[in-house]
Amino acid sequence: MDINELRSIVTVVSFATFLGIVWWAYGVRKNRQRFEEAAQLPFADIEAEMAERGLASRNEQRKTS
Amino acid sequence: MSEIQSAYNYKVVRQFTVMSVIWGIVGMLVGVIIAAQLVWPELNIGFLHFGRLRPLHTNAVIFAFGGCALMGSSFYVVQRTCHTRLFCDKLASFVFWGWQVVILLAAITLPLGMTSGKEYAELEWPIDILIAVVWVAYAVVFFGTIWKRTVTHIYVANWFYGGFILAVALLHIVNSAAIPVSLTKSYSAYAGVQDAMIQWWYGHNAVGFFLTAGFLGMMYYFVPKQADRPIYSYRLSVVHFWALIFTYMWAGPHHLHYTALPDWTQSVGMIFSLILLAPSWGGMINGIMTLSGAWHKLRDDPVLKFLITSLSFYGMSTFEGPMMSIKTVNALSHYTDWTIGHVHSGALGWVAMVSIGTIYYLLPRLFGKPEMHSVKLITVHFWVSTVGIVLYIASMWIAGVMQGMMWREVNADGTLAYSFVESVKVSYPFWGIRLMGGVLFLTGMLIMAYNMFKTMAGGLTEDAPVLLPAGHHA
Repeated sequence: MDINELRSIVTVVSFATFLGIVWWAYGVRKNRQRFEEAAQLPFADIEAEMAERGLASRNEQRKTS
Repeated sequence: MSEIQSAYNYKVVRQFTVMSVIWGIVGMLVGVIIAAQLVWPELNIGFLHFGRLRPLHTNAVIFAFGGCALMGSSFYVVQRTCHTRLFCDKLASFVFWGWQVVILLAAITLPLGMTSGKEYAELEWPIDILIAVVWVAYAVVFFGTIWKRTVTHIYVANWFYGGFILAVALLHIVNSAAIPVSLTKSYSAYAGVQDAMIQWWYGHNAVGFFLTAGFLGMMYYFVPKQADRPIYSYRLSVVHFWALIFTYMWAGPHHLHYTALPDWTQSVGMIFSLILLAPSWGGMINGIMTLSGAWHKLRDDPVLKFLITSLSFYGMSTFEGPMMSIKTVNALSHYTDWTIGHVHSGALGWVAMVSIGTIYYLLPRLFGKPEMHSVKLITVHFWVSTVGIVLYIASMWIAGVMQGMMWREVNADGTLAYSFVESVKVSYPFWGIRLMGGVLFLTGMLIMAYNMFKTMAGGLTEDAPVLLPAGHHA
């Protein structure tokens, strides 16, 4: 096969993959919940947050972990 | 992978964060010196002239200041969002010390004139090999931590950091391929226009992945945390990530408009640069809209001011960039100070400001303090640096457009209307204003260093405990 045909195929496949990702992110209804869960990840560690700012006893935090 | 650790590894984050401020001051000081050398040529003393110091400035601010901020913040974010201690402490420590050795070697070799001559990749081959080794270690620590995470999802910030780490490894290894002739001299493995194309494939993707994807990783963690609300749209962040990955790699040829590069390649580069506007603005909107419904926080939180202003500059420079990649605009802007203005609106406005906001977020937490020593000084820093940036980019825009217009002006008989030196002469006042802008920005960094050392004084260096997220079933 001519290398230029291969190049065209790679470009088209890449574009289709991208469209697939857009559909996966916006079109699939059941993904909505997993994205909402993921968006909450930075907020799931209140105790560590308190400990690192010296707002609660570190040793106490240790025991609970 | 079954080790049970009770605390996060903050030591390496602390080291990188503090060194980022130090290297920021060093790199920006060199920038101020070379800006002064353009105004007063007699300041070019001996081998410490503009030609030797300019690569030292770019390497110091990009790889020392930016690199330390990225490595430190990525190690913090990956631990906190994966709820696990960093993979392999010894290797993490090697990444820190290895990177500092790279920076020191750059600071020694560049002023001595040892250079491969490739912009943003000037370091000679032994240092390039060391960079590759340190970078692979960095990747192992980062992805090792993701591998042993105790949560299901990989938070979007880690996708951006991960993309940055993989892409920079690829770019560095391909572009640095060279044939050594001695310990301090090598020649590129590529020739002619291919060499130029590989260099700017590297160069533009250094902007795209080192100076964009990595700092977007910062944005996706620290903006939501400082605003105390989740990212505006997580789905948009997924599309933002993949759109950047699919388009950035093709934009490099816009650095080679009207050169020996085939015309169609230049056009492809221009089109992909224009397409890049969409994902860039998607990301900017996603960051700024995170504040939607809580705009009042911007009024009295200077850390948030830094983070959100950085996104505004990101939006500005990612609009300006695609415009400058259009061939007819590039015919005016290329080789003028407009390019320098554009680079600094991205580098000072976006990269430095998002890093500064991140560092102000991290410092008290890394040293067990509720907040920075002086919140007021953060506000002072914010205004000093913002005025500095505006002076810098406005003067460079005016000087750049003026230079471009003068260089293309022709007389009725087809001869050039102005000699080059005439354009230099009229640029002087603007180079003076640029120097003032740079001095202001450096002053802001010195204020930051004072605030940092005051915050560190008497601070704890104990690490925060690793806790499973609420409601998590292991």
